Amino acid sequence: MNIHEFQAKQVLARFGAPVPKGQPASTPDEAAKAFDALGQPKAVVKAQIHAGGRGKAGGVKLLSSAAEAREFAAKLLGKPLVTHQTGPQGRIVRRVYVEQASEIARELYLGMVVDRNARSVAIIASTEGGMEIEEVAAKTPDRILTEPIDPVIGLGGFQARKIAFALGLRDKQVGQFGALLNSLYRAFLETDASLIEINPLVVTKDGSVICLDAKMSFDDNGLFRHPDIRELRDPNEEDPAETEAAKFDLSYVHLDGNIGCMVNGAGLAMATMDIVKYYGAEPANFLDVGGGASSQKVAAAFRILLADDRVKAVLINIFGGIMLCDVLAQGVVDAAREVKLSVPLVVRMEGTNVDKGKQILKESGIKVIAASDMADAARRVVEAIGARAQA
Amino acid sequence: MSILVNKNTRVLTQGITGATGQIHTRACKEYGTQMVGGVVPGKGGTDFEGIPIFDTVEQARKATGANATVIYVPPPFAADAILEAVAAGIELVICITEGVPVLDMVKVSRYMRGSNSRLIGPNCPGVITPGECKIGIMPGYIHKPGDIGVVSRSGTLTYEAVYQLTQLGIGQSSCVGIGGDPIVGSGHIDVLKLFNEDPGTRAVIMIGEIGGTAEEEAAQYIKENFKKPVVAFIAGQTAPKGRRMGHAGAIISGGRGTAADKIAALKAAGIAVAMSPAELGVTMKSLLDGKAA
Repeated sequence: MNIHEFQAKQVLARFGAPVPKGQPASTPDEAAKAFDALGQPKAVVKAQIHAGGRGKAGGVKLLSSAAEAREFAAKLLGKPLVTHQTGPQGRIVRRVYVEQASEIARELYLGMVVDRNARSVAIIASTEGGMEIEEVAAKTPDRILTEPIDPVIGLGGFQARKIAFALGLRDKQVGQFGALLNSLYRAFLETDASLIEINPLVVTKDGSVICLDAKMSFDDNGLFRHPDIRELRDPNEEDPAETEAAKFDLSYVHLDGNIGCMVNGAGLAMATMDIVKYYGAEPANFLDVGGGASSQKVAAAFRILLADDRVKAVLINIFGGIMLCDVLAQGVVDAAREVKLSVPLVVRMEGTNVDKGKQILKESGIKVIAASDMADAARRVVEAIGARAQA
Repeated sequence: MSILVNKNTRVLTQGITGATGQIHTRACKEYGTQMVGGVVPGKGGTDFEGIPIFDTVEQARKATGANATVIYVPPPFAADAILEAVAAGIELVICITEGVPVLDMVKVSRYMRGSNSRLIGPNCPGVITPGECKIGIMPGYIHKPGDIGVVSRSGTLTYEAVYQLTQLGIGQSSCVGIGGDPIVGSGHIDVLKLFNEDPGTRAVIMIGEIGGTAEEEAAQYIKENFKKPVVAFIAGQTAPKGRRMGHAGAIISGGRGTAADKIAALKAAGIAVAMSPAELGVTMKSLLDGKAA
């Protein structure tokens, strides 16, 4: 789960990390009021969307009056902002963040992630602040420092100093940075974060180290421990079909093709997308109905697939282990009756209770194209949309 | 021959009275696995269909001589269940539970450093040696005893591979689901090392997916150390960047973990990569036929 910049800064501030003062605003008037409330000659107004590259896309501006803040907010709010991360349709800006301006002397990069290889949380730091870290990693990997944190010992003072000196910090900045790093690590552990990214971390002209931008993502599996973090979810930033799927505990990801896929198991679901492509068509989605799905859950999944009007055919691929084929078949039949199935449906079923499942489909009277195996299923679904199966 | 489990393996179920624990303990017992005990705090002294239940893993191990355990307890308690099994000295700990917080696994991994226990999972289907011992949630009937090892990050995709092999008349030595999470107890290389040393394993199918660099490292290991032929498949060739594809570990992030990178690394290591998931079985068959000829 991702959250907005202003929310990430609020979370980090709670753990004592130095962030500039600011207020979110969802109308131009609120933005003007927020400007006045800061009581400074200048403030920055920043569009709040779940995507990077806002500055380059014109979503961030330094302003010197409440009137200017109102005007800029009016320009942003309610309209899409297109950055290199949003795709061509952009994301609708529903909030801006009005923040105290900082005088920047240096821009650095600071990140914290779960490092799969080290099997621990790791700090990533670089002198190349303000750039995308992937780009830095590709072009100048020697400018990236990675430091794993021992989960038992915690963040060592020596580790914080090592990074501080590598970043070129001096004097009291070294201590400030150590405290900041400790705050981030505590925030990471105590919110089950999966990513904290401060880009840029800045040294101001008066020599302080502060988090000028902040991005936080959380481990969905850890959210049950953090109802307060879960509250920060912004459904506007999510695909409506994905939000609907989440209600039924279905794992769904919207894609750009026209073959709707329903599969059990994440690996098999990805492999099914792959084989659709292999035979020359494009999957419309990733959808894992999970292990012990009920027929209600299967029906919900089927409705979500068919609600997407780009879907020209549906491919169901189930290998029943925990999932029972007859339960699946009943769910498909129920949903197909309810939504009046109007596109070709290809079903490949194997595994537990497969004969019962086939019987249910057969007796339902619903037009089902039965497939004998995965390749056959992919071939048939590609042909069902009038394309020629390749490979 | 086989790896990890065989007809002598004595298995506990942690969470034996939960819905999932009941179904699969029963199915494993029917398959012929020696299910010797269950652990449910507070229910010690009772039994599940004749299988004695204990309050703690330590008590269960002492009373039954169990050397393996399978964990079905819900995500908030799964890490603690693993720690309990490790502390009790159980040699093989298999955690089926999906949804364990990754920071819990950071602690578990640290705790297990230097211990004699081996962890498989979490978020995995388990381990099976066909005809001898099934521990986990895989459908037993699709397997056939034989000499092909299978190691995989995915559950149902493993069933698919096994089914294809069995349809072609090719049996399996052991099949290991290592799990789809970012941090798992045993990786591809850990399992490959066991297959390498197992005289009953002639060749291996390795199934990976997008996210992380485990397959790239496995490719390197295979190139340098592995003595047997390998067929591989990588799921997620069509997955978009930055999106979690069901499994917590299946995400292309920071430009790393793409299927293309993994496939290139596997091919460079001389591994036969099936480009379609429907071709896992036939790719293995032609590899075996080629070797035999």
